[in-house]
Amino acid sequence: MPTTPSPGLLGRKAAKADRLAELMGERTDGGHGAGIWREALSRMRRSPMAITGAAIVVVFLLIALFAPVIAPHSPVEQTWGDEVFPNRNVFVGPRAENWFGLDNLGRDQFSRMVIGAQQTLLVGVVATLVGFGVGALLGGTAGAAAVLGGRWGRQLDNAVMRFIDMMLALPTLLLAVTVAALIGPSLLTVMLAVGVAQVPIFARLLRGAMISQGGRDYVLAARALGVSERRIALTHILPNSMGPVIVQATLTLATAIIDAAALSYLGLGNPDPSFPEWGTMLADAQRFLSSAPSLAVYPALGIIVTALGFTLLGEAMREALDPKLRK
Amino acid sequence: MLRFIVRRALQLIPTLGGLSILLFVWLQRLPGGPEYALLPDDATEEQREALRRALGLDEPFTVQYLAFLRRIAQGDLGASLQTGRPVLTEFWTRFPATFELSVTAMLIAVSVGVPLGYLAARRRGSALDFAAIGGSLLGICTPVFFLAFILKVIFAETLGWLPSAFRLSPGLTRTDITGFVLLDAVMTREWDVVWDGLVHLVLPGLALASIPLAVIVRMTRASVLEVLGEDYVRTADAKGLHRRTVRTRHVMRNAMLPVVTAVGLLTGSLFAGAVLTESVFAFPGIGSFVYSSTQERDYPALTGFILLIATMYVFINLLVDISYSLLDPRVRAQ
Repeated sequence: MPTTPSPGLLGRKAAKADRLAELMGERTDGGHGAGIWREALSRMRRSPMAITGAAIVVVFLLIALFAPVIAPHSPVEQTWGDEVFPNRNVFVGPRAENWFGLDNLGRDQFSRMVIGAQQTLLVGVVATLVGFGVGALLGGTAGAAAVLGGRWGRQLDNAVMRFIDMMLALPTLLLAVTVAALIGPSLLTVMLAVGVAQVPIFARLLRGAMISQGGRDYVLAARALGVSERRIALTHILPNSMGPVIVQATLTLATAIIDAAALSYLGLGNPDPSFPEWGTMLADAQRFLSSAPSLAVYPALGIIVTALGFTLLGEAMREALDPKLRK
Repeated sequence: MLRFIVRRALQLIPTLGGLSILLFVWLQRLPGGPEYALLPDDATEEQREALRRALGLDEPFTVQYLAFLRRIAQGDLGASLQTGRPVLTEFWTRFPATFELSVTAMLIAVSVGVPLGYLAARRRGSALDFAAIGGSLLGICTPVFFLAFILKVIFAETLGWLPSAFRLSPGLTRTDITGFVLLDAVMTREWDVVWDGLVHLVLPGLALASIPLAVIVRMTRASVLEVLGEDYVRTADAKGLHRRTVRTRHVMRNAMLPVVTAVGLLTGSLFAGAVLTESVFAFPGIGSFVYSSTQERDYPALTGFILLIATMYVFINLLVDISYSLLDPRVRAQ
């Protein structure tokens, strides 16, 4: 029997009343059901993990979206180039004019971090969309084919999943390195390479969710009512299978940011210096790690904190949507 | 049981076959092929054409692919453009170093991760649990190459406790039998080489272990928590079994199933992580060669290495599945 505690707005007392009513075999919500998403949201509001993650993500998004307004100086021009001499170990630390100091070429580190947030967000979002889009298309096709069944359906499902198995046979970073090596270093390379590497996860998740939804009562009910198989797959099963995929997309944003940094470190990132990106900044700063550690620490912290934010949010979402914990 | 293994092994054939086609298409059909990497930039179009003919790149696709398969079947993966030596030779000379590094990383990850995950689950909500979860999240979110650099700067360059690069100290001579530094040194009783080899594995091993460690802690914790709530654990406790018996036979044995899978999959991904770690520590393994192959557009080496790594990865997965079915009879029935 599906139990639907009331949304958080009604408070604990109402939830208690709900539970009581449920035990007595009644439903207080008039049969509409609050829906797993609203229920998950109310549970996430009470989770410190979700709040921390969401706060980090919101701050990051704000910085990235308003980057040109926030950045006080040009991230590219070597305005203070005559004050920094890396070969003589002369660096400029934080001061009133340059909050995070200068980088090894005399550029304002704070402005580079802010503009870098924008670039990092762009890479993360596009890569995730590539993985999500292609993965969902493949997984959705396989899942629908498997649910609709028939000889043809099973064969299609089998063919798609064999292809996914092949992609899974390559460790993700290696897959990304291969793609990047083939199309040469550029921003698009990083986005495509990181995105392609995420395709199998999305495809498998969506297919698995669709197959498990395929046996549910509501599918049986729709079938009994004479709803066409295609309609069942597209409008009944697919929307109900998106939960884990959306959670995965949040987690993938974190992975994409980290993997993009790794590709930049391997020299496969954006070679254009007018677009500072945290991964490239970190890779560049490694050379000065012992003499000017702060150059590496800012972009590293940026990557770690942002990735942590998306991971916390994704994990909290997963926990909130987990049917085992939903009571 | 045998039927399960055979069926599972047969599934590898289409996967590997498809993978070889995929790689072949991928690497041969893209612009900027080897004729650009091999010839100087000012070579004429005729010279490029001649080289394409010499390399068989002007043949029809199927002919090229079949020739490629025939060569693979004969163990010929072509020659590396960087060194001119056979790709297979390059792979096997570098494999032992990466193998020793991966095993070290996995030993660190499992020996720390499993007990930590178990303790975190038993003391759910304690400071230890909080630290274990927080630490593993941090481990997943830290770029491996940055961690490697931090370790190198602190423990090698600043404190000077450990070496910062290479497989062995320069100038140290060793007897080569199998290519595995530690194995050879133990067999020939060259204890100074054993020590030196171990010391050189510590920092890269720690860096490479960070992600598997984080994943194993989380998996073990989640899995133990799930099993602790099972009816059979309560039954075992209730019928008065010794606590240690319940923990080892009932809890751990069942909780380890998903962890075994994770360890198998992680072992495969270590080869990829090794690309980053090895290049930071100038470690002469597979990873650093993959890295230089991407830089030099060494397509034969890249194709060969990826095919070999993928094959190993697929076979590791097969072993994982087999061990899984030994541990859990329910898998076999499916």
